[in-house]
Amino acid sequence: MSIQEISLSGRKKLVSNKEMTFLEKMYLIAILKGLGITIKHFFRKKATINYPEQVREFSPVYRGRHMLKRDEQGRENCTACGLCALSCPAEAITMKAAERKADEKHLYREEKYASIYEINMLRCIFCGLCEEACPKDAIYLTISKELVPANYDREDFIFGKDKLVMPLEMAIKNTQLKNSN
Amino acid sequence: MDSTFIIEKSVVILVVFGVTMLMAMYSTWAERKVAAYLQDRVGPNRAGWGGLFQPLADGLKLFAKEEFAPNTPNQFLFRVGPGIAMATALMTSAVIPWGDRLHLFGRDILLQATDINVGILYIFGIVSVGVYGIMIGGWASNNKFSLIGAIRAASQMVSYEVAMGLSIVALLMMTGTLSLKEISEQQAGMNWNVFYQPISFLIFLICAFAETNRTPFDLAECETELIGGYHTEYSSMRMGFYLFAEYANMFISSTILAVLFFGGYNYPGMSWVAENWGVNLANIIGIGALFVKLCGFIFFYMWVRWTIPRFRYDQLMHLGWRILIPLSIINIMITGVVILRGEIFAYLGW
Repeated sequence: MSIQEISLSGRKKLVSNKEMTFLEKMYLIAILKGLGITIKHFFRKKATINYPEQVREFSPVYRGRHMLKRDEQGRENCTACGLCALSCPAEAITMKAAERKADEKHLYREEKYASIYEINMLRCIFCGLCEEACPKDAIYLTISKELVPANYDREDFIFGKDKLVMPLEMAIKNTQLKNSN
Repeated sequence: MDSTFIIEKSVVILVVFGVTMLMAMYSTWAERKVAAYLQDRVGPNRAGWGGLFQPLADGLKLFAKEEFAPNTPNQFLFRVGPGIAMATALMTSAVIPWGDRLHLFGRDILLQATDINVGILYIFGIVSVGVYGIMIGGWASNNKFSLIGAIRAASQMVSYEVAMGLSIVALLMMTGTLSLKEISEQQAGMNWNVFYQPISFLIFLICAFAETNRTPFDLAECETELIGGYHTEYSSMRMGFYLFAEYANMFISSTILAVLFFGGYNYPGMSWVAENWGVNLANIIGIGALFVKLCGFIFFYMWVRWTIPRFRYDQLMHLGWRILIPLSIINIMITGVVILRGEIFAYLGW
């Protein structure tokens, strides 16, 4: 076997410069073939979906919108240490710490908590370094399984605690699941 | 001329005008939908059910947009260009027979704005004037890309009009009339011209693609080379008029294709329906048949657009002048020989 005939991929095609026959020169047959191919796509299953109504399945490790977790008793994990902000390469996170009052023990797990916690979703690159840095298991990108939706104003992309903290119902459900197991 | 005649004709003209506008509007929607389906997408589906209000939304947007005119010395021509394109696109529908006739209020109502005996010549004349809309718009834009697009459009349309006219000659030799009404009547039953003149049909179809500036002959507005071609400088509803005229042209040329070659409003079993169910119903079904045929052609236009890439300009000219015109002349000769075969055989003594 000569080196010209070897095809490791099995897809090798020799290029030829042969003259086209009369039928080939008319192009009509080639055009009809092309029309056949496109009409097949007309009836094929669509590759796109109706996005907000339909959502694609996310991979379990997909990094989407951040979520500030609650523990089994529904208290916020975050203690406003600022390590996430420090680790953030895009400078997207900012927060303000506050001291927990005596009557707030059911709301916050630690003695210090974040009274303001904001992530600028336009800056965030969803790298997940904040999640890795967090010592309190508080911030996660993989739980929400949500994308950050489009918006008209830049201000609307700064997500506060109202959008970031895990909803109470979700925390209750998680606890129930854990107890039943 | 009595007043009922004027009323009758005005109603027919208004309905034809409205239907042309509506079809042009929904062709834009259909184009986007067909394009999407051929590319495995869903297409516009937010405005109304299946995106059916999309043309309205588009129109509203175009009307609301800022009207920008370039700093050109030809302000008047710049303004008049889209108007010419639109007017010529709408004028051709006057001679098209949409159906045979309806018997209403004790009168026979001809479903055609006017049945002039040079129908096809009239259409050719108006279509030739349509070049001016593009030419004037491109010239007045004071922009190189627009000018190149306009020149391309003009030379392309002039070249392909020759082949188009010649391809029709063979058909006219067979029918012996230029009136679209009579041509439709001759094709009653399944006696469609496409079975007798397939080559003429093919040439006419290719030329129709070129005349309406549709892919693969859309060199006048090829985005990759000329930005938008002759309408690069246009914005707002003026550009809307150009695009709208293109779709109206597509609708009209589909109708002409259906009338000339695919039997117009005729459908198999039309005479049976007329005898048993009445003339009116037979003709209403006839209008439906014509619309099915022309919608098929409109779909074909879109289907081809998303299949074949654009020709190079020299290929376009080569195809027009050196292939289509000789082919249509040969077709004329063959048709002539077939029509006169009796005389020829008698002359040869066979």
